[in-house]
Formats: sequence, C-alpha cells, structure tokens
Amino acid sequence: MLEIKNLSVALEEEDKQILKGVDLTIEPGSVHAIMGPNGSGKSTLSYVLSGKDGYEVTDGTATLEGADLLDMEPEERAAAGLFLAFQYPVEIPGVGNMTFLRTAVNAQRKSRGEEELSAADFLKEVRAKAKSLKIDADMLKRPVNVGFSGGEKKRNEILQMAMLEPKMCVLDETDSGLDVDAMKLVAEGVNALRSEGRSFLVITHYQRLLDHIKPDVVHIMADGKIVKSGGPELALEVENNGYADILAEVA
Amino acid sequence: MALAKMKADATAARLADVSLPDGAAWANAARASAMDRVRQMGLPTKRDEYWKYTDPSTLTATEAAQAALFHNDEGPLFDAVDRLRIVFVDGVFDAEASDDLTGEGMEITRLSDAMATDIHWAKDLYGVLEARGQQPVERTLAALNTAMATDGVVIRATGKVSKPINLIYLHQDVTSDAVLHNLVKVESGAEVTLVETGPAAARFSKLLEVEVADGGAFHHVRAQGRDHERRAVTHCFARVGAEAVFKSFTLTFNGVLTRNECVLEIVGDNATAHVAGACVGDGRDFHHDDTVFVTHDAVNCESRQVFKKVLRNGATGVFQGKILVKEGAQKTDGYQISQSLLLDDDSQFLAKPELEIYADDVACSHGSTSGAIDEDALFYLRSRGVLPDDARNLLTLAFLAEALEEIDNEALADDLRDRLEGWLTRHR
Repeated sequence: MLEIKNLSVALEEEDKQILKGVDLTIEPGSVHAIMGPNGSGKSTLSYVLSGKDGYEVTDGTATLEGADLLDMEPEERAAAGLFLAFQYPVEIPGVGNMTFLRTAVNAQRKSRGEEELSAADFLKEVRAKAKSLKIDADMLKRPVNVGFSGGEKKRNEILQMAMLEPKMCVLDETDSGLDVDAMKLVAEGVNALRSEGRSFLVITHYQRLLDHIKPDVVHIMADGKIVKSGGPELALEVENNGYADILAEVA
Repeated sequence: MALAKMKADATAARLADVSLPDGAAWANAARASAMDRVRQMGLPTKRDEYWKYTDPSTLTATEAAQAALFHNDEGPLFDAVDRLRIVFVDGVFDAEASDDLTGEGMEITRLSDAMATDIHWAKDLYGVLEARGQQPVERTLAALNTAMATDGVVIRATGKVSKPINLIYLHQDVTSDAVLHNLVKVESGAEVTLVETGPAAARFSKLLEVEVADGGAFHHVRAQGRDHERRAVTHCFARVGAEAVFKSFTLTFNGVLTRNECVLEIVGDNATAHVAGACVGDGRDFHHDDTVFVTHDAVNCESRQVFKKVLRNGATGVFQGKILVKEGAQKTDGYQISQSLLLDDDSQFLAKPELEIYADDVACSHGSTSGAIDEDALFYLRSRGVLPDDARNLLTLAFLAEALEEIDNEALADDLRDRLEGWLTRHR
C-alpha cells in the first residue's frame, strides 16, 4: 500500500534536516504505529506524506500503490486515497461543516470520474456515520471545527475519514488532548473502518491509544529515523520503560 | 467661514448650467434650499479630510465620463423571487417595463408626481434627512442630489408589504448621467423590503431617505451592477424610531468608482440598525468606498456595521466608519467591523474606524483587518481533495459570510451568493 524508502526531508526555511532516511512498508489491510519522543520527526512524516508546504525532500521516495506521492499536489494525494487526520484540525469560520464534507466528497468522486452524490444520498450517509461517532446535527451545521472541543475536533476528523473512505489513513497524534472516553469513541470509529483494503499509520506518543486501536506493527522513531520495529509488545515496552532504554540499545 | 476661493469657483462653475426642476411650491423650496447648502458647503475635493482616500473629481465634474455598456450574460438578478419591479433606464422611470405600482399595505408614487402635488407627505421627508445629515460632516454631493433629482419613487408602507419592491436600474446609454432620489416612509408597525439592482448609468448619483417610525421595519438589499467603467455616489439617510428595525446590505461588483455613504440616526429606544456591505474588485480600475456614520441618540439600541472587501490585482477599498453615542444614549451596543481580503500585494485597503462616545454605560467595539487567504485552511481543504481554486472560493465566500448574514430574506441572499461564486470563478 504505502512504501517509503530512504525518505529524507529538510525544513525549507532553515537548513535543518528533520527526516534522515525513513524506510517503511505498509501492506494493505494492516495497521502500523509509529511512536517516538518529541521532535523525532513523526509529525513531519505525516505532513510530508500529505503534501504540506515548507518541507524539502532531499532524498528518497514515497509511493501509494506504486504511484509517486511526492510528485502530487495535496488534493491529488487525497484523490489517490491518502488521508491525514490532523493533530490540530484547522478551524474554518464561515464554512459549514456539512458544506465542507459535501464539497470534499464530491471533489474526490469527480476526480475519480464518479458521479457526485445527490444531496439526499449525501445527507443520509453523513447522518448515519455522524451518529455512530456521536456527532449531533448541530455540529454538522456549525462552521468547520469552530468552537469544537478537542474531542469534537478529533471525532470530526474521523467522520471525514469515514465519508471519504481513503485507502491509506495517517492519524497524527489523534489521541492528543482526549480523555479516555473520547479516545475510546475515536478508536471505535477507526476500528469500524478497518478492512482488508485499507491501511493505517497511527502516530502517537503513548501506548494507551494502541490499547484501543491494535497495531500489527510498531515502529520507534528517533532523530528522523525508524530505529526499531516490532510487534504490539514494543508499545508496551515503551509504556513501561520509556524511550530511553530502546534508544540506548540501538545507539 | 467663507469657502476657499478655489472651492467656491469650482462649485460655481459646476452649478452654472444647472437649472432646477419646477414643481409644487414646497418642492421648489426644498430644491432651492438644497442648492443653498451646495453653495455654502462647496463641492468636495480630494483635499477634504472626508475625501482623503477617494478622489471626488469625476463625481463633481460637469460632464460625466463615458462608461462602456457591460454585456451581462447572467440574466436578471432575483428573477425567481416574487417581487414588484420598478424599472429605471439611465435614471428615467420606465412605466411600460415596470409592474403596476399598487399593492396591499403600501403607496408608491413617482417622485416627479409627488413633487408636483401641493399637499403630499413627501414634503416632510424630501431633503429633510439629508439636511440633518450634513452635521457634523458635510455631504455636498447629497445636497446636490436633492437639488437636481427629477426622478425616483416615494414609497409609504402602511402595513406588512408582502413582496420586495425592486428598483431596477438599467444602463443603456454610455454617456448617461443619472440623478435619482427615493423616499421611504415606514409607518408604525409596518414592514417593507426595498431591493435595488443594476448599474444605473455611466455616472449615478442616488439618494435614499428612510424614515422608520416606531415599531416599523425596513429591509434593504442592494446589488450594484457589474459595469466596470460606471461611477456612482450614493447616500442613504435614515432615521430609526423606537423598537424599529433598519437593515441594509449592499453587494458591489466592479465599478471604476463607487462611494456609498450611509448616515443612520437612531432616535427611539430599543431600536436596531444594521448596515453591511460586501464588495469584490479586480484590477487597478476598481475603487470602492464605504463611508458610514451611525448616531445613537436613544437608550438601549443596537447598531452593527459589517463591511467586507475582496480585492485583487491592484484594487482599492476604503472604509470610513463612525459610531457616535450621544449623551444619555445609555445601554448602547455598537459594533463595527471592516475587513479586507487582499489576494495580492498590489491591492490596498484604507480604513478609518472611529468611535465618539458621550455616555458612560455603553458597549462599543470596532475592528479592522487586512489579510490574505489562510494558508492552513487552504491546505486543510486541499488535503481533503478540494481543488485549490474551489478551496479559495469557499474560503473567500466564508470571509464574506458575516456581511451576507445581515440579509434576512434567504431567497435574496442565496441569489447573491450564487452571483458571488460566479464572479470568483471568473476572476481567478
């Protein structure tokens, strides 16, 4: 599904290398987690994959089902099936959440040569999916993320994911700022989307999210590289011993 | 204080060939009195503080500059909305093209007919609010309008008028120089929606005087036409009574020069007065000026000024807005926001917000900003698959939304949103 080879990335504004040769292969239907201390490059990886400005790829490749991601505009990556759940979802005053969702869904359908969803079909689908995420009609009507609590914003990200039905979902610290109940709700939303043809990359500081979204593979990232990979037990090791032991071990 | 000689000479030269229309005695007196105001105040020049950001010379010139006709392929605005249509072609009433001017809860008379009638309610309004509005800032072009206007309509709402009254201003002559003066009197408890659409003329001077009696409601929605070369100076003078509602919204597309002045006087307690505007301009030949003066002279009233401008390719936007809270106008809630979305470095927004408050128990706020499209929001939309141009349109419409929300009639607002989207799509 997603194949990253020797991905090296610097900040455009300052001459600072953030990613220093990341290698990662995610098979269809699998869930990978990336854990790591602050500043290890986890969020940068998610931004570079989704095409945010301000980063310069100095080396390496990233492909989605064989297609060169790094050569595409952000909207083309979305149409190709990539989705990033933002760590800090952006507030957009004046744009209704429903309008936003419908514009996005139809833009992607159009780019794939599919018919746009009718207003009635769209409404039906969004209501059903919103309900399972406990997103009420009021939240759908309000401007995108404006006045939403931390938990509401993250649930809204998952709702977008559910509506857009991407192949490759990247979740950037989706657990940050969430209490246990909100985290469970978000995790249930994600788990409901797990399927054979859909892969996940879950970026997180803490093991607790991985109690709810069970990963197949866990990677530890430090100083711009993946330094260790393993099964779910690796996350538990981090939880119990912190990153220091692992980093010392691979140093 | 005597006028500076240059100003007096320029004013005299402009008035040399002006002959005032003839009508009933009261009308002739109102016109003569307005002409005296013009002579006394003198026509504005760009040296006047109030015209610092907008050069009035093409508005005061004896001859109107030509304005090419614009081929509008969008069809008439608000065509699907049931409305009473009153058509003016280059500033002249066109009875054939207009609907029958009768209806429940209202009286509509052509201005020239009202002013030829010896006893008419228009006597108490014509030029009266304009004259009041000359303090503390002189608005000579408004007085000139009162003196010269030959056409327009006078509308009296006595009940709830069921459909909007649409004044349609067509522009068919490249040299037309139109002067229209409209009056609206909303009686106690009555309600009316006035809609104005169209480019009107090569040069257009238009004045609207509105008296909203206690408990009355006046809604005003205006769309100034898309002709690039047209020039317009418009004034709205309104007096708002107790428990009354005044709401005005203007959308401006294009136009080489537009100056919209709105002078609101809130004289009754618990009244609401909102004035809002949105404009979109593309290119150096776009200059748009909103000049607003709201006076609170009653207790527990609310006023809002909401102005949004989208400017690109060297366009210029101006906002001069003032809230004056008089002594004793306690519990005033005054709000003013003026913002521009600058789509490039060449465009400019000039803003002069002012508050002057003589009461001690009031809440007044004002803000003015200039900014570009929010790059984070743009990326967020694109990351969801929205094409960049569509994302920019969405964000631009979102920027304008607060002004458009001032329109209570949803059908009218929807039509304007569609037109805006069309404009934004054509001007990428």
